[in-house]
Amino acid sequence: MSMPVSTRKTPMPSQPPGERIRNFSEVALGYTEEMARQEAERCLQCKKAPCRQGCPVEIDIPAFIGRIKEGDFAGAIEKVKEKNNLPAICGRVCPQENQCEKYCTLAKKGEPVGIGRLERFVADYQLSQGEVEPPALATPTGFRVAVIGSGPAGLTAAADLARMGHQVTVFEALHVPGGVLMYGIPEFRLPKEIVQREIDYIRRLGVEIRTNSVVGKMVTVDELLESGFDAVFIGTGAGLPYFMGIPGENLLGVYSANEFLTRTNLMKAYLFPEYLTPIKVGRRVAVIGAGNVAMDAARTALRLGAEKSMIVYRRSAEEMPARKEEVEHAEEEGVEFHLLTSPVEIHGDEAGWVTGMTCIRYELGEPDASGRRRPVAIPGSEYRMEVDTVVIAIGQGPNPLVLQTTPGLELTKKGTIAADEETGATSREGVFAGGDIVTGAATVILAMGAGKKAARAIDAYLRQKGEKGNG
Amino acid sequence: MYPIVKKRILAPGIKLLEVKAPDVARKAQAGQFIILRIDEPGERIPLTIADFNREEGTITTIFQEVGYTTWHLGQLEEGDALLDFVGPLGRPTEIENYGRVVCVGGGVGVAPIYPIARALKEAGNEVISIIGARSRELLILEEEMRKVSHELLVSTDDGSYGHKGFVTDLLVRVLQEKKVDRVWGIGPVVMMKAVSEATRPFGVPTIVSMNPIMVDGTGMCGACRVSVGGETKFGCVDGPEFDGHQVDWDLAVQRLRMYRDEEARAQAFHQEKRGGCQCR
Repeated sequence: MSMPVSTRKTPMPSQPPGERIRNFSEVALGYTEEMARQEAERCLQCKKAPCRQGCPVEIDIPAFIGRIKEGDFAGAIEKVKEKNNLPAICGRVCPQENQCEKYCTLAKKGEPVGIGRLERFVADYQLSQGEVEPPALATPTGFRVAVIGSGPAGLTAAADLARMGHQVTVFEALHVPGGVLMYGIPEFRLPKEIVQREIDYIRRLGVEIRTNSVVGKMVTVDELLESGFDAVFIGTGAGLPYFMGIPGENLLGVYSANEFLTRTNLMKAYLFPEYLTPIKVGRRVAVIGAGNVAMDAARTALRLGAEKSMIVYRRSAEEMPARKEEVEHAEEEGVEFHLLTSPVEIHGDEAGWVTGMTCIRYELGEPDASGRRRPVAIPGSEYRMEVDTVVIAIGQGPNPLVLQTTPGLELTKKGTIAADEETGATSREGVFAGGDIVTGAATVILAMGAGKKAARAIDAYLRQKGEKGNG
Repeated sequence: MYPIVKKRILAPGIKLLEVKAPDVARKAQAGQFIILRIDEPGERIPLTIADFNREEGTITTIFQEVGYTTWHLGQLEEGDALLDFVGPLGRPTEIENYGRVVCVGGGVGVAPIYPIARALKEAGNEVISIIGARSRELLILEEEMRKVSHELLVSTDDGSYGHKGFVTDLLVRVLQEKKVDRVWGIGPVVMMKAVSEATRPFGVPTIVSMNPIMVDGTGMCGACRVSVGGETKFGCVDGPEFDGHQVDWDLAVQRLRMYRDEEARAQAFHQEKRGGCQCR
């Protein structure tokens, strides 16, 4: 090695904060070819490749980075796609700092290789080259698999199963596929055109996607099994918003984060009235919670015209579940953090519109079941916070529609599906599950990892069932 | 795409569309609803199912033109198609033989009451139906309702047809004369509230069908919150039918006003684009 390795990642070019809070365009602009090659040079190509153990979808990370180094971008994306069918999405939204990059040898002395940024670069490179050709598929097996939900878990399972030669049909309740990638994660973090292009690729693998199809209402899991599907994968996600149960939560101007983001992202309320779905954003917006969804909501509120956007969280900065990068972006954009405080009541005017909240201050006590220090309310510390919009982003539970209509499907105490961690197998034969419907609200990449494992288990299950003629 | 196979104008501003959606029709039951989107920039709106035909694979919806989207829907003709049409959503009406039931429909609410009355009659109930409208020309489905009821009573606010007054006047009269086992009331929120208040002193269980603002209709967004017996419920997955005696009506009225300003803006913007305002 002639050149010393830089201890810092090649910086990601991005829209300046002052500019970007006035638009919904992507914040991080992506590496140029030069930047990508420069960053790839930092990779030590470790023989043991510790980074790989941090990747839920098992990408051969040194191999794809090695190809970038050589300028073989097409070869690099091919390598990524051996394992990951949604690289342009993962490169943008994976929490790499807790995964591959956490284990990078360079991380011991400085910043790790920007693996996520490089993944995004090669994925975008391929998309910029026009139609993406699908790889050769395995010989058709004649088996049919129904996938319920077209979010990260479902799409990954569908793509892998298709590549294994099975005939896959995806059932999606909404009018576009993508699940949380479309309704939840904002355009400025994950452009919807990118999501749809990745999904187009999955369609070209032979996967059929049926939108407007609510399993549990239009058709049940049992009816799918009776009508010729040999296995079912349930990836319906965490689609039931939690509220706090405090007075005033049904006032006008109180949204669940799901509703706030769905109106904006899926229904494009930021283009109202050209697009017909409205959204109401006041001057002062409080977002309750401090996860990634809360950061998305707080940053969205600014772009929708709020003068002040505030995160209200009952623990301290250290316990915030959001990715560091998301918190930093929110801070740069001027989101205020009101920590160790939480609302106990929301107030409204005579017509029912939110006018403010009574909050109470907290201090941190002993660690609780989650290992984080338990927030304890300080008696008598109530104070009033003037707000006109409140977004509740304290988490989501499992959507009940499929669960209620599938007899014999065992659930956990939390109401999620009880499924084997390694295979996704449920208490029902031929029915597998993965993603947030099993784990509770988690991340895109964990859901994809679960989809991948389930696809492998479904493949094994079908093959042990024996041969099947085509159709 | 979901083609419109039949269109009828039932009354000024009240239209019927029969839409081809075989997967929805196969499962549709009385009391459920669908969500549709006309075109790409369109909003998702819930409409209660007024009828279904499993053989033809069609769903009938009846709606009143109250905002831009319902006005636009009313401009479509047979042969046009809707971009999205999803359902059946919500819990179906709990149909069983209760004995004697009264089905009250007000305005365009007569449409969803129709399949409920039919199913209740088929289940062996004695069905007394009461339908009403502001005036005779706004009264819909009279003949259809007559066929699925043992007795049909009609009221109009202006007295142009039937009893002059409200459906609740007739309801109270029935409750005074006969033992009634259950009442359904569907119509504008104020009417459903009045029906619930009318039956309360008689202690007759009363079911109403809430029509809150929705986005996805599958429990995902929580826009459709309804307070029932002091508990927050989601209209889309827990309803749309609830115990009328337990509903917080003031909240329901309030929440329907959430986007009134925006609706006016959207209407002005799009009708201008389509060449002149056509509001009536």
